[in-house]
Amino acid sequence: VSALAARLPRLRAGRSSLPVWLVLAGVFVVGWIVVDASGGRFLAVTNLQNIAQRSVALGLVAVGQALVVLAGSLDLSVAYTISIAAVVSSVVMAGDPGRVGGGVAAGLGVGAAIGLVNGLVITLLRVNAFVATFGVSLVARGVLNATFDNFAGAVPKQFQSLGYDAVVGVPVSVFLLAGVVAGAWWLVHRTRFGYHVYAVGGNPEVARLSGIRVNRTLLVVHVLCGLCAALSGLFLASRLGSGAPWVGPDGGYDLESIAVVVLGGVALTGGKGRLLGAISAVLMFAVFDSVFNSFEASPFLRTLVRGVIIVGAVALYARRGGQDTP
Amino acid sequence: VTNWSEAAGQRLTEEPVSTKSSGRSGKALPSGGRPSRASVASAIGTAIPPIWFVLALTFAIVVWRNPLFAEPLSLMSFLKRSAPLVVLALGQLFVVVAGELDLSVGALVTASVVIAARLGQGDPHRTWWIVLLLLGFGLLVGLLNGAVTTLLKVPSFITTLGTMLVLNGAVFLWTGGSPTGSLAANLREAGRGAVQGVPWVEQVPYAVLVALVAGSVAYLLLHRTRFGHRVFATGGGPRTAWLSGVDTRRVRTATFVISALSAVCAAVLLAGFAGLSANAGEGYEFQAIAAVVFGGAALGGGKGRVSAALGGALTLSLLFTLLNVLGFAKPLRDSVEGLTLIAAAAFTAYRLRRPR
Repeated sequence: VSALAARLPRLRAGRSSLPVWLVLAGVFVVGWIVVDASGGRFLAVTNLQNIAQRSVALGLVAVGQALVVLAGSLDLSVAYTISIAAVVSSVVMAGDPGRVGGGVAAGLGVGAAIGLVNGLVITLLRVNAFVATFGVSLVARGVLNATFDNFAGAVPKQFQSLGYDAVVGVPVSVFLLAGVVAGAWWLVHRTRFGYHVYAVGGNPEVARLSGIRVNRTLLVVHVLCGLCAALSGLFLASRLGSGAPWVGPDGGYDLESIAVVVLGGVALTGGKGRLLGAISAVLMFAVFDSVFNSFEASPFLRTLVRGVIIVGAVALYARRGGQDTP
Repeated sequence: VTNWSEAAGQRLTEEPVSTKSSGRSGKALPSGGRPSRASVASAIGTAIPPIWFVLALTFAIVVWRNPLFAEPLSLMSFLKRSAPLVVLALGQLFVVVAGELDLSVGALVTASVVIAARLGQGDPHRTWWIVLLLLGFGLLVGLLNGAVTTLLKVPSFITTLGTMLVLNGAVFLWTGGSPTGSLAANLREAGRGAVQGVPWVEQVPYAVLVALVAGSVAYLLLHRTRFGHRVFATGGGPRTAWLSGVDTRRVRTATFVISALSAVCAAVLLAGFAGLSANAGEGYEFQAIAAVVFGGAALGGGKGRVSAALGGALTLSLLFTLLNVLGFAKPLRDSVEGLTLIAAAAFTAYRLRRPR
């Protein structure tokens, strides 16, 4: 109890992702009761593995998106970055186990390059992040669809273990997500760069006057976001066994990643929120999906409920944050 | 980074003709130059939004490659096809000038078309009350967007994203996945019919008339009324506007209502010539925002003009025609649109950084 009391001031200041985790726990328990009451087995290993797997693709993107949003920016190009990374890496690998390294490097390189372009357009040309990343997304979509219209390349069996294997019941991909989350958490909450991200997101002009290189910070978060999206693309390629050009946009990862970041308590205006909040929101979405799937509910109902949840959650945060400016 | 000292003392000095190239890199335009010419350009630049010169240039290229395009009939057909985007862009402009975004218009267009078909079942006698019902529905969606954004303080990006998901989910839940019913002939007439026997141009589609009326109403409302001033004040500086006695919540809600009503209007036009489909409005939210950005409005609020948004929507539409005429592969048109969008936004950002 005393430990909780000690955390209260941080909670009030919105500097803890604890509330989101409590909600996740609640959702989890409700999901468990509802599914088990209707004759399912929510806690079955396969179901939990499914929930975890489902979280990986969105979780990887969400980490990058959270970094960008914390810095007061936004990335609408992640969906096509995912597709391009998936296609490029699987084409480079071409089913040859010896070329896995090259394929991974190529995928990540493309992701970083797209992130860099986003960052350059935003910082040098001073284009609003929404327009800039949407424009880059259109360019990427055009190039992708002009080059590929079907499954391209193939990933070797060894690389597919990223998508399918499990170590002591935990899918390999979950370790990947955990590693990325841990790295990003350390970067955002434990390094000088992390403070710069918050400062730039809070008020770029004040950050600049304080001697922070605003443009460089924005460039770096956008490159990191591109890398995260590319990782997600690699994971999806290993799941599908090949690069599918539609894998990113069909998953709706652009808007969905922004939604989970905001659902996790990160302010869309930047500079406020915790990285882990976004991750717990990703898990929440996965639990929802799992419950809806077990009832074989209509996907349209799922979309509807998601919309209500996103808006409702953000309304609650706005209430908690108590901004007075109308 | 700013070159304020260099450009000081000069008003808007861009040369309209070089709009495109200067947009690509902010530094391409030297801010020096002959003052007399600059002031002439300035006078023209403030009277006519730069996008209209881009539009004229694009039009010239299209006609050069395909002279038939200048024929009245094909010109009118082009305007007819652009009308829904024009109407949507005009609605979106109000929201953008007030400093918000409306991502729900695409879903609202789809919802309106699907609802009209489902309730109408092709019966022409139901058309009138269906149109009224749709307008009421649009009013409701706009009020909801506004209330959630202003009273619950949810960022409009999230509010309207939520509305988009809810509308998409609800409509197809109701119709069971695919649109059912059919659109009445007299409802479709608004989108595909035309006034015949007009001198010079032979015929004028109703859709073009609707777009013209919408443009005039938007112009009067945004640039000639007190409400319009309040929209600019709200987007330019919400705090200042609030302290000056503007009820910014009401103003922003009103802009969402205008945007939603424009979506219903666009849906009726689109239902006319495109017919019933499950993805009738898909992507229109982004196209409307792109058209507004083309017209030089700044996302973030406080800047924008009806004539420029109109030019932006027509340019975007004409750009698709141009790429078609030039024989670009369909996917690459997206790329060109993306590049042009970034160029236009960069040009606007460059212009706004310079003192007037």
